[in-house]
Amino acid sequence: MSESQELQVQQKREVEKKTEGTTPGRVFVPVTDIFETPEALTVVLEMPGVERGSIAATVENDVVTIAGQIDFSKYEGMQPLYTEYNVGHYARSFEISNKIDQSKISAQMKDGVVTIVLPKAEQAKPRKIQVS
Amino acid sequence: MFASLSDPFETLLTLQRALEARTASDWIGRGTAAMGSFPPINIFQNGEDFVAVIELPGVDKSDLEIEAKENTIRVRGKKTIAYGEQASVHRRERISGVFDRTLSVPIRIEPDRIQAEYRDGILALFIPRAEADKPRSIKIS
Repeated sequence: MSESQELQVQQKREVEKKTEGTTPGRVFVPVTDIFETPEALTVVLEMPGVERGSIAATVENDVVTIAGQIDFSKYEGMQPLYTEYNVGHYARSFEISNKIDQSKISAQMKDGVVTIVLPKAEQAKPRKIQVS
Repeated sequence: MFASLSDPFETLLTLQRALEARTASDWIGRGTAAMGSFPPINIFQNGEDFVAVIELPGVDKSDLEIEAKENTIRVRGKKTIAYGEQASVHRRERISGVFDRTLSVPIRIEPDRIQAEYRDGILALFIPRAEADKPRSIKIS
């Protein structure tokens, strides 16, 4: 993509729930990039407004789930005059085919973007095969 | 309606209801002149002053420029996305590029006293209302 491309607004998509939640509030699908290197699978999610401590990433039955909570108390006392986007929590799950070393999953957060690195388990890493 | 709510869930629901009700507001109307529609902006009133909350995930603070003049505020910058060299991309939904948006507020503000705060991909602009624009109580003599 060229550097000078003009950015467009990406409308927030709401999560279609399979189960019903018990806490109120909307949940949106964060915009995501996924890329793979020989060592790891990296998931990058945009969660503007989510603080460092409010992110949870879990891997269960080959499904990785990343959830981020918004702190609504910051909006207390504010009355909306003009709005273009909705505010809510974020959640998204992905099925992963590779074997992940769960103990080495790491996450970092910068400018509202969460980067989750899922290192591949030893047996899942590509091996060079010598032709004899 | 928003005053002194201690239950965070109530705050959340009230906010969302209010946000939905407000999407058709003409407070700014065609006032958001110049260039594209990115980034999306929400404007709140907080007492006598205003707060513009702008979503800019993935934009570095140093790539962000804010200018204020009379009753217009201009926000521009660029968003870059870097993949590793060896990476093969499975899914690409995030977009990168440049943005430039001017907001003109239909009230008198004090451009010199605008404060900006950028955290967790959210830019908050605290816009004070001009002293001359505030309502005054008039004494009857």
